[in-house]
Amino acid sequence: MVNFVFFNLMPWPYLPDDFREKHRSVWVDIDSKLFDPVKANAVYHTYMDQLEFAEELGFDGIGVNEHHQNGYGIMPSPNIIAAGLARRTSKAALCVIGNSIALYNPAIRVAEEFAMLDVISGGRLVAGFPVGTSMDTNYAYGQIPALTRDKYAEAHELIMRAWAEDEPFAFDGKYQQLRYVNCWPKPIQKPHPPIYVPGGGSIETWDFCLDHDYNYSYLSFQGHKAGKLLMDGYWNRVAERGKDESPGRASFAQIFCVADNDAEAEKLYAEHLLYFFNRCLHVYPGFADAPGYRTIKTIKAGILSQVRKENQSTFTNLTWKDLVEGGFVIAGGPDTVREQTEDMIKNLRLGSIFTLLHMGNMPDDKTRYSTQLFAEKVMPQLKNLWPDYAGDTRWWPTPLEDRVVPELGLDHARRVATKPEGAN
Amino acid sequence: MAPTTGETTITTTRGIEVVVRQWTPADPTAAEGDILWFHSMAGLAHTEDVLDTLGGQFRVHAPLWPGYSDLENEGAVEDMLDFALLGWDIADTLGLDHPHLVGHSMGAMVAAEMACLARRDLSRLVLVAPYGLWLDDHPIPDIFAVLPFELAELLLADPANAAKLLTPGQDMGTDEGLAQFMVQNARRLGTAGKVLFPIPNRRLSKRLYRLSAPTRVILGGADALITAPYGDAWQAAVAQAELVTIPGAGHLANLDQPAALAEAVAEFLAG
Repeated sequence: MVNFVFFNLMPWPYLPDDFREKHRSVWVDIDSKLFDPVKANAVYHTYMDQLEFAEELGFDGIGVNEHHQNGYGIMPSPNIIAAGLARRTSKAALCVIGNSIALYNPAIRVAEEFAMLDVISGGRLVAGFPVGTSMDTNYAYGQIPALTRDKYAEAHELIMRAWAEDEPFAFDGKYQQLRYVNCWPKPIQKPHPPIYVPGGGSIETWDFCLDHDYNYSYLSFQGHKAGKLLMDGYWNRVAERGKDESPGRASFAQIFCVADNDAEAEKLYAEHLLYFFNRCLHVYPGFADAPGYRTIKTIKAGILSQVRKENQSTFTNLTWKDLVEGGFVIAGGPDTVREQTEDMIKNLRLGSIFTLLHMGNMPDDKTRYSTQLFAEKVMPQLKNLWPDYAGDTRWWPTPLEDRVVPELGLDHARRVATKPEGAN
Repeated sequence: MAPTTGETTITTTRGIEVVVRQWTPADPTAAEGDILWFHSMAGLAHTEDVLDTLGGQFRVHAPLWPGYSDLENEGAVEDMLDFALLGWDIADTLGLDHPHLVGHSMGAMVAAEMACLARRDLSRLVLVAPYGLWLDDHPIPDIFAVLPFELAELLLADPANAAKLLTPGQDMGTDEGLAQFMVQNARRLGTAGKVLFPIPNRRLSKRLYRLSAPTRVILGGADALITAPYGDAWQAAVAQAELVTIPGAGHLANLDQPAALAEAVAEFLAG
């Protein structure tokens, strides 16, 4: 079973053409005058409509995430979006990837809100627990970099105990002390919703996922070719730890652009992808990595070139050709996309794909066109690539069979009250 | 005559290992007391002219904070109380009786806390370019959001003096040299961030009423971080504080103007 999730990052689509030249960063200190709340009214509804449309098309999940002060994500609270989706959808898993649990104090708030989402949706929640980027966690939300991982670990312990325990308990944490932890409500899914941990390749995160049997989600924008090395590292670690090799242990984000044929894909989508890569990813490098945020081991393994002075002014504009050949995007007609996607799923051994079908400033009609082609001509043939694991239900929600599905029509919500039985 | 220099690793009562660099006058009997020197967020340079000079007159003990030595024990301190108690534990372990406390930058922030906590246990206090106060109208630039090559311009009046911070032979132009720097930077500023991030204010101002030791605040005239209004704020908060400004010194006055800094410290401590 392969799960396809339609993910919307909710980028701000009105960054000016000269954004890179005139502004130092799309994140943290982005010029707030670029945000127009009146235009955003339509932007939010368009994006939420697209997520609902994806359910209609048969996507297994719809996905949202959390970023702060960020031009490519106007979703500081993914739970608000997910709450809207919980009411207007009924089949797709709600993948909140996720809540940066080190940012919530007390983190019991995450246990409560995720439980609410799971209950309202009838058990459809996938709960993501990212450590969070340095931009979000340290620079926008002020967490001390060297203590962020410790705080994350404590928040995780609190949330999992809050979901698991049946009696109120005292939690004497370093960052949060609660005399009466008593999570109310509790999630439908037992022992807890599937947990996905987005990570960037540190061995500590791999081990954390394997310790708890959580899904490791590699969410980069570099695409499947660059991701291969890292996912190989993960699977090697899975083997070293003697864990089973269920593809459900891994998910991956990939940009897709589907059209009638390869040439049409470039014609329709190139400008919107270039908007994303050349404007939305224009992050001031001084915000990329607060000292102390990464472990020493990860720094030693990382790429250093971005901090060199000579690389600050010579950033080359990426082209469509770069993006396609580099595997950043899987683009083309349905056959091209299907073949490459099948290779990706097999090579990276993936149980879930976070499909990025809306990117940058892509307008609604193109997003729907690409999404529908993907759903109808790519997805169906790839659903059953892992027949040996068809019965492995650990990594995906099992909703209530008889869950409540709200009537969508406004007439239902506004129906005139009638006298209840027993009234005079 | 040049002082005798050495380095020792001590273990505090709490069990924290600390590397301490030491300077002793060539004639130990001529020493005019002990200086406990707490370095800045940039650490100690391989060669510290200020301490070489002061070491001719005083016994100088300069501990390296966790994260700033090769001990890799930066997890030992998490907050300001940890730092301040570690400072006094170091003094106890070294057997110092009423040392002068001299702190620089982040080290001055800790030294001031120490002087508030145990007001009768020190002789004199010198705060060089001290962190610790925050003025909304004069926000201190964020040292955690600059690139390595920008740090030198922020910290020094003459950025070329940054070379003094590199280990001899370390070449930032090579991948290996840069990697070494990045790891070192992560350890050091990661530790510094525990008291300086995101706003370098751990409410010291609530405790400064207890600071009764004779105090001198020394500012660099070209310091881009701790600017002149902070000198005024320290004087307003600590009635007995003297204020001295060293022209041509940036935040790392020890690298920009070592002779003038040594003189400004020695003059006050000898007085």
